[in-house]
Amino acid sequence: MQPSIDIRNVSKSYGGGTAPGGLLALDDVSLQVDQGEFLAILGPSGCGKSTLLHVVAGLTPARGELLVQGEKVTGPGLDRGVVFQDYALFPWRTVLDNVAFGLEMKKVQRHLRAALAYRYVKLVGLEGFEDRYPAQLSGGMKQRVAIARALAFDPEVLLMDEPFAALDAQTREILQTELLRIWEQTSKTILFVTHSIDEAIYLAQRVVVMTARPGRIKQIVDIDLPWPRVDSDVRSSRPFALLRHRIWELLAGEVEKAQHLASPGVPVLGRGQMATDAVAQEVV
Amino acid sequence: MRGALLRASVALGLLALWEGLPRIGLVNPNFLPPASDVARTLWRLLASGELLRHAWVSLDRILLGLAVSILVGVPLGIFMGSWKTFERTLDGPLQAGRQVSAIALFPVFILFFGIGELSKVVIIFWASVWPILLNTTIGVKTVDPVLIRSARSMSAQGATLFRKVVLPAAAPAIFTGIRLGAAYAFMVLVAAEMIGANAGLGFLVLNSQEIFKIPEMYAAIVALAAFGLGVNKLLYHLERRATVWREAGGT
Repeated sequence: MQPSIDIRNVSKSYGGGTAPGGLLALDDVSLQVDQGEFLAILGPSGCGKSTLLHVVAGLTPARGELLVQGEKVTGPGLDRGVVFQDYALFPWRTVLDNVAFGLEMKKVQRHLRAALAYRYVKLVGLEGFEDRYPAQLSGGMKQRVAIARALAFDPEVLLMDEPFAALDAQTREILQTELLRIWEQTSKTILFVTHSIDEAIYLAQRVVVMTARPGRIKQIVDIDLPWPRVDSDVRSSRPFALLRHRIWELLAGEVEKAQHLASPGVPVLGRGQMATDAVAQEVV
Repeated sequence: MRGALLRASVALGLLALWEGLPRIGLVNPNFLPPASDVARTLWRLLASGELLRHAWVSLDRILLGLAVSILVGVPLGIFMGSWKTFERTLDGPLQAGRQVSAIALFPVFILFFGIGELSKVVIIFWASVWPILLNTTIGVKTVDPVLIRSARSMSAQGATLFRKVVLPAAAPAIFTGIRLGAAYAFMVLVAAEMIGANAGLGFLVLNSQEIFKIPEMYAAIVALAAFGLGVNKLLYHLERRATVWREAGGT
């Protein structure tokens, strides 16, 4: 069976690539996501995991090859639905009209649009809120709308960029459980970016651990916890704790590296120095 | 509640001063007639229909000038907001133009367009186009990139992206620009109507002074203020109705 998402040797650099002063965000990443798989990408901040998701969404151009359902990706498309961390709802549209946006783009007929959009509003549990504006909703409800909007035009793949990071702990847990229910009902392929180890383990079938800048795949961890996870107290089970410890050990070094990268004055920024040395040598 | 009471007492106090000072002779009543005299005159002008005739002429000029401002300012602002090179190129001349007072240019307009209606519409246009242009530019330029990205992820692009995302996102700023433009239009209207006009509220103010009908002059000034306030309120309500989603706070 062909993979749902096929990422082949994707690299992404900002500001001149490997040239001095350039920033390599993704370094030769290859990854296959199976049909209907729930895959989480985990890494320290700045590791390029969001960049990878934006590349798959077609929002960021990159080197390498990218196939979704066997089709080469050249830009954004309705075969992929994206959920962003900051909701990105259109504030002038009601809940129903927000959910219908992708349907308009898909040129679905007007009278079918409302019915379809309503079905997805119901799926995310927002019946009765169709006519509200985003300003009238809580963060959790906004993210439900964003999920409904990304699903309404029936994409093959759902791409989620730290969707629950801005929510409080309780809302986050509720939405994680809801997402698993929706995943089971719709059997979409989900690529889920997060920096939370617990979230990755709870939701995913496989967790991709990434290195700090430049982003590479460090290891792919199979999450062999039982399904369904929704009704069992899987988070406090022993296998869960073991997985958490294993992934934490994989990540610990990377997080430290990422912190060095983030704070100026630490040796890593000697890069600029090295670059000037290189230029000096060339001149000589 | 206390705030409303305070506001009302300040307004009443000012009215009482206006009524009292001329009556006890502290202010020459020939230059400032008591408020009640002005009110009576205002009522008489209103009843005879004269005030409405002047107001209608003024409104006509404002609407025409403002309409041209919107037709020029909004598209140009959209263009400047979405195309950086264009904005940078035009920025210098536009900033300079903005600084030139409309009233200072009135003699120039009269020179080119004569002393009739056209030069009056042009001066109103000149005064009101700047806030419309600037607000539209800023509104289009500052559309949240998150919204653009979100729409792009659903394969919106080009004209569709513009119509469905950029324009509605910039609408509040554009409306504010139009409301400011209308306020500026009122300010220059009076000046414009003081030269070469035989009707309009500005004409009524100046003409009444010249023929020493002082209560009429104040009545016209009060009417002008009320008229401007009314138009501003109307625009404000239109704006709120069009951008109801902004006010939609709370659950």
